[in-house]
Amino acid sequence: MLELWHGYVWPFLWIVIKIFLLLLPLLLAVAYLTYAERRIIGAMQLRKGPNVVGWFGLLQPIADALKLLTKEIVIPSGASPVVFLLAPMVTFSLAMVAWAVIPVDAGLVISDINVGILYLFAISSLGVYGVVMAGWASNSRYAFLGAMRSAAQMVSYEVSIGFIMITVLMTAGTLNLSELVLAQSEPLFGFLPGWYLIPHFPMFIVFFISVLAETNRHPFDLPEAESELVAGFMTEYSSMPFALFFLGEYANMIMMSAVVTILFLGGWLPPYDISPFNYLPGFVWFSIKIAFCLFLFIWVRATFPRYRYDQLMRLGWKIFLPFSLFWLILTAFIIVYK
Amino acid sequence: MSFLDKTARSFLLSELFGGMWLTIKYMFAKKVTLNYPFEKGPLSPRFRGEHALRRYPNGEERCIACKLCEAICPAQAITIEASSRDDGSRRTTRYDIDMTKCIYCGFCEESCPVDAIVEGPNFEFATETHEELLYNKDKLLSNGEKWESLLAKRIELDLPYR
Repeated sequence: MLELWHGYVWPFLWIVIKIFLLLLPLLLAVAYLTYAERRIIGAMQLRKGPNVVGWFGLLQPIADALKLLTKEIVIPSGASPVVFLLAPMVTFSLAMVAWAVIPVDAGLVISDINVGILYLFAISSLGVYGVVMAGWASNSRYAFLGAMRSAAQMVSYEVSIGFIMITVLMTAGTLNLSELVLAQSEPLFGFLPGWYLIPHFPMFIVFFISVLAETNRHPFDLPEAESELVAGFMTEYSSMPFALFFLGEYANMIMMSAVVTILFLGGWLPPYDISPFNYLPGFVWFSIKIAFCLFLFIWVRATFPRYRYDQLMRLGWKIFLPFSLFWLILTAFIIVYK
Repeated sequence: MSFLDKTARSFLLSELFGGMWLTIKYMFAKKVTLNYPFEKGPLSPRFRGEHALRRYPNGEERCIACKLCEAICPAQAITIEASSRDDGSRRTTRYDIDMTKCIYCGFCEESCPVDAIVEGPNFEFATETHEELLYNKDKLLSNGEKWESLLAKRIELDLPYR
């Protein structure tokens, strides 16, 4: 009996506990990210944003969630109901599943696998399926066009994301995300933080822009371009399925920010391992860096107009792809001949 | 050289960073939001809001059922029925305004020879049902009582321009 407990039940329970410890703050963060986005964009447009529900409008996400929950789920008569309802679940669960390999702190990771970066890349590539399913199952022109754009966009930008990930993992010499972070702990030239942000700065910019495209954020939000496609692939969705898409999109933003943090901003490491900085525990540093990335997401959204479709493709294939490939080869040469 | 210059600028994202610098500056600028239910903007004395039927200071209703407002109403929102009262004066027995037809043009007010029907400063009279917006004479007269001080003030302020 004791053997069963120690061998199977307790490890299983421990995994479940870890999952809850990760997912509950994550979902709360997703809810409050929508609030932060509205407040920050409001401020940048000289407005105030939601400030009436609760103190400083802090209960607004909860009010929004309740509103969405009490609405009716509309399934269009021409839609394929199973796929239609499956699509938001796929999007949402994929956004959650990716967190399994993200190290929040030293050793604080649900599954510390040796191919973590590959797993992340695979999961983020799967994300397009939810969108395509939604677009197809809705049986609506807007949704279909949005889904097609999204598929093309995600596939295009994944190529350069892949090259940049290869650049980083060549520099670190590992595919394990925890080791990748630890590889950034050695200070650069003795005084700069060893984050890959510094040696790979152009790639950081390219990666961040590609992430914007990958998560369908402004200025690459063509799949849901309001002015032309109503709401893109989400056009026919209402109530809880819509909320799942929404949560999935924002959870994806947080997830990709975490990836940016791990690859370029040194994960849970403080900038310098000296007294005022290393008082904060690692996961706090990790959250601060993620929050910074999310602020960048929102800042970019408040600033730039939407790209045209052909401009998007040109940027992805004719600029980012050659540039990241060039940087990859450059990095390889430096690593071999240094 | 201009090619190099252009390429360098586009690779250094100088315009993009310029734009982002502008938005971050505006983030800390003074906000222009009016906290609507708690703060309200100024209203002109000519503002055309919810209708009201006024009375003379002695309590007699002003409306003499001339039906000019009914005739001029472009949306045909006003319905009036009239008969003579016991003392022989001509009065309305029915004065209905369908507020959901009304386009708030103010012609009723302009046409009224005795300043009986007026459009007041109130614009917050949304209701949950359609029926509540089909105003009858009682409702209009009670509006008149409720807003009389403001209504008189606004007519007085607008007088020099008539």
